[in-house]
Amino acid sequence: MKRRKFIGMLAGAGACMAASTATAGGTHHFTGYPESFGVLFDSTKCIGCRKCEAACNKVNELPAQPVPFDDLTVLDTRRRTHHDTFTVVNKYSVNDKPVYRKQQCNHCLEPACASACFVGAFVKDKTGAVSHDASKCVGCRYCMIACPFEIPTYEYHDPITPRVRKCTMCQPRIEEGKLPGCVEECPKGALVFGRREDLLNIARERIRKHPNVYINHIYGEREMGGTSWVYISGVPFEKIGMREDLGVTAAPELTSGALSLVPAIVGLWPMFLTGAYALTKRREKIAEEEQHHAVAEAVAEAQAEAAKKTKAAMDKAEREKQAAVDREVKKALKEAEEARLKAQTPADPSEQ
Amino acid sequence: MSHHTTPSKTLWTPANILTAVILAIGLILTVKRFTMGLGSVTNLTDDNPWGIWIGFDLLCGVALAAGGYTTSAAVYLFGMKKYHSAVRPAITTAFLGYAFVVFALLYDLGRYYRLPYPLTIYPGPTSFLFEVGLCVALYLTVLAIEFSPALWETLRWKKLRFWAHSLTLVLTIFGVVLSTLHQSSLGGLYLLAPSKLHPLWYSPYLALFFFISSIPAGLSMVIFEGRLSHKFLHHKMDQTHIDEAPGVTLGFAKAAAVVLFTYFNLKWIGVALDNNWHYLSTGWGTWFLVEMLGFVLLPCLMYAVAAREKNQKLAFWASIVTVLGIVLNRLNISLVAFNWQLPTELRYVPSWEEIMITVFIVTLEITVLRICLNKLPILHEHPEFKGAH
Amino acid sequence: MEFMTLHDFMFWTKGMAYIGMGVGLVAFVAFWLFLSERDEDKFADTEEE
Repeated sequence: MKRRKFIGMLAGAGACMAASTATAGGTHHFTGYPESFGVLFDSTKCIGCRKCEAACNKVNELPAQPVPFDDLTVLDTRRRTHHDTFTVVNKYSVNDKPVYRKQQCNHCLEPACASACFVGAFVKDKTGAVSHDASKCVGCRYCMIACPFEIPTYEYHDPITPRVRKCTMCQPRIEEGKLPGCVEECPKGALVFGRREDLLNIARERIRKHPNVYINHIYGEREMGGTSWVYISGVPFEKIGMREDLGVTAAPELTSGALSLVPAIVGLWPMFLTGAYALTKRREKIAEEEQHHAVAEAVAEAQAEAAKKTKAAMDKAEREKQAAVDREVKKALKEAEEARLKAQTPADPSEQ
Repeated sequence: MSHHTTPSKTLWTPANILTAVILAIGLILTVKRFTMGLGSVTNLTDDNPWGIWIGFDLLCGVALAAGGYTTSAAVYLFGMKKYHSAVRPAITTAFLGYAFVVFALLYDLGRYYRLPYPLTIYPGPTSFLFEVGLCVALYLTVLAIEFSPALWETLRWKKLRFWAHSLTLVLTIFGVVLSTLHQSSLGGLYLLAPSKLHPLWYSPYLALFFFISSIPAGLSMVIFEGRLSHKFLHHKMDQTHIDEAPGVTLGFAKAAAVVLFTYFNLKWIGVALDNNWHYLSTGWGTWFLVEMLGFVLLPCLMYAVAAREKNQKLAFWASIVTVLGIVLNRLNISLVAFNWQLPTELRYVPSWEEIMITVFIVTLEITVLRICLNKLPILHEHPEFKGAH
Repeated sequence: MEFMTLHDFMFWTKGMAYIGMGVGLVAFVAFWLFLSERDEDKFADTEEE
């Protein structure tokens, strides 16, 4: 019964594997949430009034800023987002004309921050917003390393409860049917909120209608696998501070391959290392046995050698003994012979 | 050393006074960091979220503690018994190394008290950092158990010592698996930032590079520390240690030469695969060549000659160059070639407090190491447990 | 189970993989012990010479 159960489990596992290969990452194409929202930014319409910054500050209840939002001189400096500013507008001088660009989280379709986060604190919501859950955050700041747009900011001044901060696409407001704060306040219609697909169509339409005005590219359509915040511009994107060398690969794909090796190593290494250990033990065992045999052989050889020597010595002793006996016998015989000869010569002419 | 002088006289050696000063300053800065926040002691910014605490304390600390898995694998898996005396010192260095990496991490994490989160309630398995955290936590446990016999022997807790020692084979294998994973995963972290790391250092092979280079890093630390132990702790070494030392130095030198040679080749293949040759003619290219030729190829050749000519002194110098090379590589990837495109005024330079806290942590680690080497049967066998391993 | 993003897919599959690794390691140790529990006598000539 046990064997059958085991085979049954194997069959079940096999069936599961067959079913899941249909959705394996290798060939599957992820399209994202179909009805998700986005924002279209048209830099030809932006006048750098900073009303979007003010709105963002208000809607998110961010701290008051040292420089008021109607002060436009700050546009002469290059600014980036900080823990208390989720969006900034920068001024760029292109062909001696000012061009403005609003900078905030681009709410990527496959966010690098979400991929990087080792507690899963970032979520790409069906609304399109990429949200951060500060209740999970450990403060490792890997999301800041990963974000190609340099968006997440950190509360370095807070010793106990520092948070990662960034634009939320006003997800709570969107869910209530309202517009994001910045979009609502823009006086020039540089920001348009809607379904991402619709925004892309609007963008394409504008480019088609005014080919001399716009660069023929929608930034964010495919960059980093696509973003929810898309841009069109009258000047090359590089000139308004947007990197054109980011590529179209979605962030998770950058690590997916290497991460797949982890279970392979965990599976294979024990086999190889145990094998190395077994080979070592076998080698040692053979070496020990060989030594055993060599010792036994040497001992036997030594014993044989000793026996041979002993026999040789004994034979020699025997021979010597015999030789000594022979010599004594010879000597005795000789003495006897001499005595006999001496006894046999009585008539000695010298004696008359 | 005379035992008849007053304790205070023998304790306040110049080295110990320096240690005390560093520890004192470090403690003050620690209080500042935890009461006033990261910003009060670091130069970290939103553009530069990781500084030397990650670049040096974490990345270099882990790489240089690699002697543990390499030495124990050589002895227990590949049967190289002549290196046996090097195992305990290597495991001790590794254990303390990893323990202090976690300690240093507590300074860098914004919410250090949430360190257990990813391994308990909020796992984030898509992240290489999750992989690093999991493996470092498990490996620290492995090392603790592998290190413990030295403690149990001193305390004469025979049963515990027997149990810990009986796990040697499993722990050694598990240790190699975990080390392969976390050494490579630290490189894998940077796979997510191709737009921020200079192309000569960014490669799809980053994880492999980190793992391969950790091997000579670990071997070199064993050679380096072995030489220092020989010089300053000779009286703590038993005859086996003294006899085996030259073999360890030269054997490890040969192994390090081979691995450095392999690493050197692989790095160039990495350049070829991404067709990055044209970067070599830039300033960054020159810096890359300095790292490759001066701190990978050079120590490789030094080790090779040392092994051939049985020159222990040359091997010792090679170990220093190798260690510096690994440190240089990790710092290049995390701090120098990272954010290379940012304008100079936005680039990161560590604050003196960050440097001081790093010095404090390293000093603390060395102090604990010195205590261990002096008080525990690491450089010698415990008389009651001779030959028991 | 439908995944809308690569991230969600990876979150699930890598998570499963980690669990599989843990189970696999324990199973490997158990299997190895099962395989070698009768290898007590080191000098028994069980293989052909």
